[in-house]
Amino acid sequence: MAEIPGLLTATVFLPLAVAIVIALFGRRVVVARVLAGAAVVVDFALAIAVFALYDRDEGGFQLIDRVADWIPVESFQVQYFLGVDGLSAPMALLTGLLGAVAVFGSWSVKHRVREYFVWLLALQTAVMGVFTSLDFLMFFIFWELELVPMFFLISIWGSGRREYSAMKFVIFTFIGSAFMLIGILALFFSTDPHTFDMTLLPELIRGASMVLPVGLIFALLFVAFAVKLPVWPLHTWLPDAHTDAPTAASVMLAGVLLKMGAYGMIRVSVAMFPDVVTDVAWLLATAGVVNVLYGAVVTLRQTDLKRLIAFSSVSHMGFVLLGISSVVGVSGSVSSLGLTGASLQMFTHGTITGLLFLVVGFVYDKVHTRYIPDLGGLATRMPLLASAMLLAGLASLGLPGTSGFIAEITVFLGAFPVWSWLTALAAFGVVLAAGYILWMVQRSLFGPKVERYEDVKDASAMDMLPVVALAASVLVVGIYPAIISDVFASGLEPLAESLQEAALASVR
Amino acid sequence: MATLELTSRDFYLLAPELSMAGVAVLVIVLDLLFRRKDILAWASVLGLAVPLAFSVALWLDLGDGGSAGRTTGLFGVLVVDKFSLFFKFLLVAAAALVVLVSCDYVKRFQRFQGEYYALVLLSTSGMMMLASTTELITIYVALELTALPIAALAAFARDSRSSESGVKFLVLSAVSSAVLLYGMVLVYGFTGTTSIAGIAAQVAAGGSGNALLFGVVLMVAGFGFKIASVPFQMWAPDVYEGSPTPVTAFLSVASKAAGFAVILRVFYVAFADESLNLEWGAIFAMLSVLSMTFGNLVAIRQSNIKRLLAYSTIAHAGYMMVGLAAVAARTADGESIGASGVIFYLAGYAATNLAAFAVIIAITSRVGSDEIRDFAGMARRTPYLAAALGFALISLIGVPPTVGFIAKVYIFGAAVDANLEWLAVAGVVNSVLSAYYYLRIVKEMYLSEPASDERVPSGLPMRLAVLAAFAGVLVFGVYPAPLLELSKAAAAVLVS
Repeated sequence: MAEIPGLLTATVFLPLAVAIVIALFGRRVVVARVLAGAAVVVDFALAIAVFALYDRDEGGFQLIDRVADWIPVESFQVQYFLGVDGLSAPMALLTGLLGAVAVFGSWSVKHRVREYFVWLLALQTAVMGVFTSLDFLMFFIFWELELVPMFFLISIWGSGRREYSAMKFVIFTFIGSAFMLIGILALFFSTDPHTFDMTLLPELIRGASMVLPVGLIFALLFVAFAVKLPVWPLHTWLPDAHTDAPTAASVMLAGVLLKMGAYGMIRVSVAMFPDVVTDVAWLLATAGVVNVLYGAVVTLRQTDLKRLIAFSSVSHMGFVLLGISSVVGVSGSVSSLGLTGASLQMFTHGTITGLLFLVVGFVYDKVHTRYIPDLGGLATRMPLLASAMLLAGLASLGLPGTSGFIAEITVFLGAFPVWSWLTALAAFGVVLAAGYILWMVQRSLFGPKVERYEDVKDASAMDMLPVVALAASVLVVGIYPAIISDVFASGLEPLAESLQEAALASVR
Repeated sequence: MATLELTSRDFYLLAPELSMAGVAVLVIVLDLLFRRKDILAWASVLGLAVPLAFSVALWLDLGDGGSAGRTTGLFGVLVVDKFSLFFKFLLVAAAALVVLVSCDYVKRFQRFQGEYYALVLLSTSGMMMLASTTELITIYVALELTALPIAALAAFARDSRSSESGVKFLVLSAVSSAVLLYGMVLVYGFTGTTSIAGIAAQVAAGGSGNALLFGVVLMVAGFGFKIASVPFQMWAPDVYEGSPTPVTAFLSVASKAAGFAVILRVFYVAFADESLNLEWGAIFAMLSVLSMTFGNLVAIRQSNIKRLLAYSTIAHAGYMMVGLAAVAARTADGESIGASGVIFYLAGYAATNLAAFAVIIAITSRVGSDEIRDFAGMARRTPYLAAALGFALISLIGVPPTVGFIAKVYIFGAAVDANLEWLAVAGVVNSVLSAYYYLRIVKEMYLSEPASDERVPSGLPMRLAVLAAFAGVLVFGVYPAPLLELSKAAAAVLVS
């Protein structure tokens, strides 16, 4: 079992530490930029180390960093408790990757550069913390910590109605987390002894006398995750925030912040409330299918590149929900396949959509419009960016050989035995995805050349660095999925087993 | 009856209050003797070391006796325990910060600078007395000692708004004192004693009655004025806006801390009996929801930053009353989570609000206006002050990594433990509401274009004050354990 004290702490807090250094000493733009670049490279290396060192045969929580008495007060036991399992290790990897992509994709930012990198790095610490915290209050602290950097990133460096979008994002997330806090406190006071320990909570909740009805606690927590994922009809903040955010923030938002919702659903809703999940699974599955179809239909109507990708995220997150809902199994036999599919979808959507937002951001920098009818013939002007966009688009619609295909097929395989009709309906979302992706690619990259784009240049080598990194990950996972699916499975199988027990117990 | 004779021990127990008043007198004398007025502030701050030293000595005398560690003196009127000493530390610290942030501000008063500091110190000594008395009449006297200097301070700028604010505070304070006194009379009539312990014993023996309950309600009303709780809040916005800004800071922090100290003492001890605490717990729960909702809703529409913070203060009184309502929340050892929640919240709020006010004083006295729109672009004109104010506002919302977050989680946790989940929900929903108007100030500072590129300079005392308060916000946000332990030790005294 891998135990390297301090590794996770360093992975989580390195970006924040560098952010503070930049805030204090990064008066010169070059210094700020280089420091930020170095920070994310090292942090990515640390995340790779976390992922590689995680012993997938052993399973369970590893690489634990723990100070049991961070707040030792009896009525308020909070631990400093970091650790990863098969579910969170790949998410940490994804965060490291996208954090690096976000910084290197922002090399050309000119406006208030120092602050920009400070917030970007602080954001990375927050997200990394959410995925690795094993104390529920710490989890919540990181969850909230992400709000402030995102607020500034959208409202200062965004475009369009950026202040409105930033405020909307904050209020939506904050309402969700307000309910989550009540849920967390209710769990804390229900368990005996009172604890925020996420590794103990699933065990302790079973048979505890709850201070609130258990279904209500589930709902309080689920709302926060549902806002984040987002589940229709709580998704309205997403298109605004994604569209108006600067490129790097869009990458982080779509790439990892949405996954915080999915991660919470699996880590908390499924793991701690197997009975409730069993009862409401049909609702989750239905919501998932609504997300898939509603998102896809609305995406078809979009004319703004970023808004199009944003709505396609709503559709793709529906698959995650469908995969999660299939964990209840059919007639008492539970499989972790759907959960694995959902987690794969989390990972692959992060890289694919991150790539799409990145490329669209670069394109926008050069042609100064995202309005699809104004675009055309870009493939000949900027072949590198066009190829990357084509690859990401094809992965997004689930072309075999790309990671998108692996994720969606796994979700379908897991969900079909449980929800045959709903899965069949959801599969129609893939057809729609083919529609909007191909339409987008055709209208913007191909078609007649537009004269005013005569002089636009292709991406620079610096810009291509993050693009290639993401494209490579899309292909690698597409061709050899076991590289991450094994790890996910090692984390999710115990979860499925506990649900199996719950199912058997309820049959008896 | 024992002979009423003061012993030297009584003086020792009263030393923090007495020395505080002594420093006030000393400052007035220095004002007469010296022409340079900036020594007055330093003399006040250094002088505060004396009451602080006495408080520390008293704390050490108590030893590790836990909840039993208490000494009474002055014919049983005065009690020295961890609860009262905790508030003495808090009040001394708050007074020191208020003096520091006043330094540059009072230079605009041509005369009476010495009196200004002296009044702040005198009022503080009243507040310290308030935190350490266990007898109703003394509470009343201490309240007046607290309020009268504040009325004078509120009118200190001597323009029409400031005078109005002083008179308003004086009149309404008198009315509320009358209500409080009437409540005390009823309680005395019912129980036959003015000692808090005696009342507790009588209530436990004889149960409650309508007259007693009426007295309790009147006392809630009287104290409600002091902490600016709805529906007794009407004085706060005008007084906050009209008073000199450092006085506003003093009012919103020290005055509120002293008010909650005496409420905790009276209600958690005198009316602790089960027959009664459900009644006043429910009253505080109602006032709590009203205060936070009213404060936050009205604050959204404010354009003057002092008025905005006045309504924010009303809202925070509401959050704190969550802890009062959660009187039933106990740990396995029988320690009250509600009381320690209120105490922790007060300390965190003091640091947060003083940080906010310090920066606001620095900025508004430079730009000469209290309008929020004049904070435009302050992030560029004075990056460090703007960052400190930003953190303070985030702490007021209750977002980590600040002390405001820990305070809110802890106090809402008390509500959940006391089966008041609806109150906790009201609290978190209100926190979301409040995010809107606090973030508006952040937005103004960081997003808007500055009106000019002129820097905003600040003197050394101001910088010290900002740094100290900001450190409190951040350090206790990241590592709250020591302050939580202190709060629990203070609260333990009440329940035993």
